[in-house]
Amino acid sequence: MNIPEDLKFTKDHEWLKVEGEFALVGITDYAQSQLGDVAFVEVETVGETLEKEESLGTIEAVKTVSDVFMPVSGEIIEFNQLIQDDPSLVNSDPYGDGWLVKIKMTEADELDELLDADAYEKMLEE
Amino acid sequence: MTEELKVTAFKDIVEKAGGRMVPFAGFLMPVQFTSINAEHETVRNGVGVFDVSHMGEFWVKGPNAAKFIQRITTNNVYDLVDGRVQYSCMPNGKGGIVDDLLVYRFKEDLYFLVVNASNIDKDYNWCVQHAAEFGIVPGKDLINASGEYCQLAIQGPLALKAMQKLTESSIEDMEYYHCRIITFAGIENAIFSTTGYTGSGGCEVYVKNEYAAKLWKAVFEAGAEYEIKPIGLGARDTLRLESGFCLYGNDIDDTTSPIEAGLGWITKMVDGNDFIDREKMEKMKAEGPARRLKGFVLEDKGIPRQHCEICNAAGEKIGEVTSGTMSPTLKIGLGMGYIANEYSKLGTEIFIKVRDKMLRAKVAKTPFWK
Repeated sequence: MNIPEDLKFTKDHEWLKVEGEFALVGITDYAQSQLGDVAFVEVETVGETLEKEESLGTIEAVKTVSDVFMPVSGEIIEFNQLIQDDPSLVNSDPYGDGWLVKIKMTEADELDELLDADAYEKMLEE
Repeated sequence: MTEELKVTAFKDIVEKAGGRMVPFAGFLMPVQFTSINAEHETVRNGVGVFDVSHMGEFWVKGPNAAKFIQRITTNNVYDLVDGRVQYSCMPNGKGGIVDDLLVYRFKEDLYFLVVNASNIDKDYNWCVQHAAEFGIVPGKDLINASGEYCQLAIQGPLALKAMQKLTESSIEDMEYYHCRIITFAGIENAIFSTTGYTGSGGCEVYVKNEYAAKLWKAVFEAGAEYEIKPIGLGARDTLRLESGFCLYGNDIDDTTSPIEAGLGWITKMVDGNDFIDREKMEKMKAEGPARRLKGFVLEDKGIPRQHCEICNAAGEKIGEVTSGTMSPTLKIGLGMGYIANEYSKLGTEIFIKVRDKMLRAKVAKTPFWK
């Protein structure tokens, strides 16, 4: 299972990549493998400021639907156009072109509550 | 109460082939191997293999076999000749459906019934209840062989071509819904039929459990040049739904009539077909059912799911989704559901309530794909 070292993770299998005061959010390789083929992603929260663990949108797979939660509090700045055009990128490139949203973080210290790659890997093993 | 899950004779092989195992109908079964979309495509364009050993099989034998089957099923068993298969259903005495099934005729006194895994005990008990009237002796003339047989469904446009190598019997030119007992992959007395649940053609093969490994190996060797692949239950569901086939437990059950389920074509009101509930069904056919099982396609983006409400433009509930998915072939959300008769005409605009959102949809004809 692919778990990049430079990302932060949640127990709900989202990842977060910090870029200054902004961050990209997506779902992990493990999450996409469990969901199966992603049919589309729905995000209707662009422009809204959400708290940590609030639902930012949903991912519809052929067999199931799943909420995606904010790893940290912040404003939704952008919904990745690439996955709106081709949702299968969430499966094929979950840490790259398959990112879901860009957020502007509002509570920087919440980053400390996230898991690093080692801790996330350990959680998956359990 | 959780009962222990049963496993099929292919369980170890299927797991080794990468099957992700989930509980289904009391069995531990592979839901997918690689991805539902990829597996779906394999069956639509090439050839794929399903372990469907969970299905139940009953033998019905003796001079009264046909009479007995005629009584418990809605289709006309006398339309069958040796080597033919018929889709049918068992009415439950209350106008509903005990199960839908396939009836194979090998000889005038030898029939083979294939029933749904989740209903094996219920169906067998139901058959036993009606057996005595026809002098059918359970254990002798009516045999539940479900535990003895394993079954592979080899499906797709290249299936028969690929499997021809495994038998001297000429199967490549067999028409849909025919059956034979043949030597297949060196296994004697294999039950072979040109049936399936995908809408893409192919065959199903039943052998005794002890030959499971031999059958699997031969099928994959014969199919190698056609890039044969194992397929899970996830794709089985999207394939059958695109083709508009009912799934017992979703689209039909003990509370639904075959008439409202669009199964009037297997409900044969002919002279001499005195099946259980015939009167009830004739009445419903004459009066017209209050609701009908219909296919629909979404016009908005979304995926309909089982139990979603179907509404009219005013937001009033007019039905319920029984099966829904994202169609891997058409790339749109589609499904089936019972819809109040006045909204059931082809092309009628309806709305599917998916997580509090009203998605626009249209009543559509099935199969959804060609």
